[in-house]
Amino acid sequence: MSVLPESNLALEVRGVTKRFDTRGIRIPLPWSKKKGDDKQVVAVDDLSLTVERGQIFGIVGSNGCGKSTLVRIISTLLYPDGGTISVFGHDVVEESETVRRLINRVSVEASFFRKLSPLENLMFSGQTYGLDRETTAARTFEILGRLGIDEAQVLRPLEQMSRGMQQKVAVARGFLTSPIVLPLDEPTTGLDPASKRQVQKFIAELHAEHDATVLLVTHDMAEAEKLCDQISIMAGGKIVASGTLSGLVEQAGLEGGRHGLEDVFLHVVGHAFDEEPEDKKAGAAASDQ
Amino acid sequence: MLTSSIQLRGAWAFIERNFRATRRYWGWEVVFLVYSIVNVLAVTYIAPGTEALTGVGATTDFMVIYLLVGTLVWTYLNGVFDAVAFMISWERWEGTIEYTFMAPIKLVTMLGGSALFSILYGLVRTLIVIGVVSLFFTLNVADTDFLTATIFVLLGSVGFLGIGIMAAALPLLFLERGTQMTIVVQAMLLLVSGIYYPVSILPDWLEPLSWISPATYILEGIRGAMLDGKSVFDMSAELWKLFAVSLISLPLGVWIFQKAVDYAKRTGRLKRYG
Ligand SMILES: Nc1ncnc2c1ncn2[C@@H]1O[C@H](COP(=O)(O)OP(=O)(O)OP(=O)(O)O)[C@@H](O)[C@H]1O
Ligand SMILES: [Mg+2]
Repeated sequence: MSVLPESNLALEVRGVTKRFDTRGIRIPLPWSKKKGDDKQVVAVDDLSLTVERGQIFGIVGSNGCGKSTLVRIISTLLYPDGGTISVFGHDVVEESETVRRLINRVSVEASFFRKLSPLENLMFSGQTYGLDRETTAARTFEILGRLGIDEAQVLRPLEQMSRGMQQKVAVARGFLTSPIVLPLDEPTTGLDPASKRQVQKFIAELHAEHDATVLLVTHDMAEAEKLCDQISIMAGGKIVASGTLSGLVEQAGLEGGRHGLEDVFLHVVGHAFDEEPEDKKAGAAASDQ
Repeated sequence: MLTSSIQLRGAWAFIERNFRATRRYWGWEVVFLVYSIVNVLAVTYIAPGTEALTGVGATTDFMVIYLLVGTLVWTYLNGVFDAVAFMISWERWEGTIEYTFMAPIKLVTMLGGSALFSILYGLVRTLIVIGVVSLFFTLNVADTDFLTATIFVLLGSVGFLGIGIMAAALPLLFLERGTQMTIVVQAMLLLVSGIYYPVSILPDWLEPLSWISPATYILEGIRGAMLDGKSVFDMSAELWKLFAVSLISLPLGVWIFQKAVDYAKRTGRLKRYG
């Protein structure tokens, strides 16, 4: 593809900050509150990271630490207040259309026209990415087949499927358009152990087959350990630790016995929380779906 | 592949999806159709009703056509407006809005697809309503200049779409109240566009609003063609005004929508949060 430079940097996040004002449009009226009373949440705080082409890069962190917000900025759904993000050298704000062609996000909530079937929903997605009908239909059946959804289910309204099955269709939609960068926001949350493995295996296979770069946000430490080449731990909108699994264990200074990501997480995030001021903790406690 | 064919395919995707989804919610479509038909009948019966009340029947046929044109055009424009103005609310309600906005198509492609669907939707609905209503009233339409009427409807649809797109932007600006505001816009159009009466009877302060509503000129055009047998050439002034209003409202609508999307992406209002 011509939009892909010879770059090895799939994703470059530089000093990104995102704040949310929790009130609506402000019309300055005499009785409205003064500016100092603004309820602002800092969701992402001067965050930087780089993901190399072909990596599966994991992000873990407690609820409300800004993971989904970061994913939304990368996916062009939110504009950052400060800093820049580029996908293969294309700025997510300035060259949004190019970036959108390169990526596809899967999020924790399935999000479909529920009266329509998986095929009808994916037909819509595929065509908005420029795929023709035949290719879209063929890929839909192929991908959903690999995820264990049979043909009859592909044609039935989505509302008749369980949440886990809908989530698989969401994963299929993400891979349908052959994105080369895939931000996956908790793709396996809510799946049973067998389905979870199916999806994990699928991510690993497609990653190997297609030279795709994956940014995997997860609360499942075992999943991150299993799939990711590199893991970052987020807290309070910042990255507080980063490295390979063994690197993280070493950084955390955990000694004796076999330590996993969970130990590192509790160690690092526990510390990060201890250092945080009270008001920020309150903001971080509110959680995303 | 050429970018233009990608955009065309993208626009088609919206038409197809909206059509399929509309079909699945057929129960609601039936309800809305029944409502529209009853509404058209109820309004049109005001004409013979007036004759029964006053004993004056000289203008009854005129009034039947006058009201029928108004209420049918309103049915059509309402259908178009609904399909466009509620597109954000609909996507939000289904939960797909973020996915739709992630597609690598231009905003005008998305709007174009939705707009084309809305015109088809409005036309089909209105044809069904006309079919049923014609069983109730015998009309002499032999002298009608249908070409003139069609030109006014099509050009007017473009202008009306512009207003629909502006209204569609409201839910992007106001998470909670946006959809409610959209309905208020719709109601205001009903009041000021001269659907059931000439706009000249509006209070002086309200009448100027009728000048910016494309519906005003559509109705003048169609009524001219059906009641006075006027042709496009006889009504070139109205046609020019309609053209001017459409020429402004469509690009303005797209521009406002673009700004609203930017605003939503800056403030995190694309999707209902939490
Ligand atoms: N659109 C929004 N409007 C207002 N506040 C928001 C919005 N999106 C996120 N926030 C706030 O930003 C902070 C970070 O939220 P975010 O959803 O990014 O967290 P998360 O790490 O994904 O959490 P979880 O693990 O629960 O999914 C939270 O305090 C949240 O309330
Ligand atoms: Mg989240």
